[in-house]
Amino acid sequence: MGQIRIGRILAYAAMVLVAVVILAPLGWMITMSISPTKDLTSVPLPWIPSALDFSRYQRLLTLAHNSDGEVFLYALRNTCWVALGTTLLATLFAVPAAWVFSRAGRDLRWLLYLIVGTYMLPPLMFVVPLYRILSSFDLLNSPWALMVADSTIVLPFTTWLLKSGMDNIPVDLEEAGAIDGGKLFRILRDITLPLARPVLGTTLLFSALIVWDEFLYAMLFTSDSRAQTLTVVIANLASGRVSDYGLLSAAGVIAAVPPVLVGLILQRSIVSGLTSGGVKG
Amino acid sequence: MDLRGRLLLLAPLLVVLIAVIGWPLLDTVWLSFTNAKLGTMSGDFVGFDNYLRAFSAPAFQKALGVTALFTIGTVGAEMLIGLGVGLLLDMDLWGRRFLRGLLIVPWALPTVVNAMAWRVIYNPDFGALDALLHQLGFIDQYRSWLGDTNTALIMIGLADIWKTFSLVALITLAGLQSVPRDLREAAEIDGAGPFARFRSVTLPVILPPLTIACVLRTIEAVKVFDIIWVMTKGGPLDSTKSLSILVYEQAFSFRHAGYGASLAMLSVALTVILIGVYSRAVRMQGVN
Repeated sequence: MGQIRIGRILAYAAMVLVAVVILAPLGWMITMSISPTKDLTSVPLPWIPSALDFSRYQRLLTLAHNSDGEVFLYALRNTCWVALGTTLLATLFAVPAAWVFSRAGRDLRWLLYLIVGTYMLPPLMFVVPLYRILSSFDLLNSPWALMVADSTIVLPFTTWLLKSGMDNIPVDLEEAGAIDGGKLFRILRDITLPLARPVLGTTLLFSALIVWDEFLYAMLFTSDSRAQTLTVVIANLASGRVSDYGLLSAAGVIAAVPPVLVGLILQRSIVSGLTSGGVKG
Repeated sequence: MDLRGRLLLLAPLLVVLIAVIGWPLLDTVWLSFTNAKLGTMSGDFVGFDNYLRAFSAPAFQKALGVTALFTIGTVGAEMLIGLGVGLLLDMDLWGRRFLRGLLIVPWALPTVVNAMAWRVIYNPDFGALDALLHQLGFIDQYRSWLGDTNTALIMIGLADIWKTFSLVALITLAGLQSVPRDLREAAEIDGAGPFARFRSVTLPVILPPLTIACVLRTIEAVKVFDIIWVMTKGGPLDSTKSLSILVYEQAFSFRHAGYGASLAMLSVALTVILIGVYSRAVRMQGVN
């Protein structure tokens, strides 16, 4: 019994350690975002702010001409726009294809693997040709450019995710529809898609997360607030000569809130999705 | 499903993929055999010159070393820590649901935000790391963690490990929950020690998901760009210049599109080699 007790105490100590390691940098980022600038540039560094200063959030979230807020809010808008557009477009193209991949089984597996295999390629493989294509269509520095570019990452991923999800939907229901003389498209729309709603939701959220995180294409294909995304604006702020760490932290906190919320929503589907497959298999 | 129906449903995706992935990919392969410059793009075919040049270039060898070191170091640490935390969360402990939720946060945090936050923490003048170590008495003077060629890559690696070990932990946990409970109990009743139980009951079940996690993390690590770009841009003295940063520099700063393309191809080759090594190792594990 003594051995078990020591084991549990060690396990709780390990849990506390993991929690502290995760929370410390996050907590410090939030603390910096509300500390007076004077605190953040003093030695020894005070860990508890001498006063609460929410002015950075105010600055970032106020739309005034030529201000940090203008740059930031436009970037927020662009990011939302690109995330929404890419996600919807990618899903639109991936749904019918994923259905075919799911139902065709072994026949088309090579093609699916070929598509998923492109995930291995670094985005830098596509950058120069994409740049030429986008500039020939005069799309550079527009959210459309990023929707096209981000599709190179999102499309293979959504196809794979949707295909795995549809594998769990029984074929019998579709066959009943086919006997009634339903056309393929109608079977997909009326029978499969309503059943695939949970995996569709998961896929949409996952692709939005990928787009929210994307940096390289956004840095190369955009040049001003018409299309620049949050990641580019934050990277620019971070490498600036004169840095207000509080402002940087506040920008980071705001940019992190939506994806973290999405991640927490997805949490259940990540773990339960993986485990339900295991139980059935 | 008839052939015509299949084709009709597949066609939209295939057309888009050929346009945004297939064509750019072939274009890059072609570019890698030319001396094209960015902007003009009318390069001449030069055969394998770019590849030969890469192999004899110290900058490429250095970047290859940095990428390999970063990949092996971060993926190795993430697998070990992730496995440990996954096993911990599988125990019947109070607060494990909270910790599991907490693990999602670093995973969901945008890479650029993570890089920015650690850059500020490592800051040599007012950074929290220096302040903490100094106040605890571990160091006498503030150090420039990202400005020192000996520590820069390690510090970037630590920031990367912090963000991504949780994915491995969640995958481990999901795998563990599919280990049949009666099997574990049977092994316990048979008097198998904790280590033997882990080897014979737990490991076989979580090895496949762990292998997938390892392959995915390796692919990501070889591609690494964002975190290094935001934290050091490849400096100081190229000590953190990974292959992706080198490709970027060659193709965009120096406008050597052809040479840059060949370097990108070589970084894909590195990924393929590493995955080959893993699948061999896993197969050998299976034989034993």
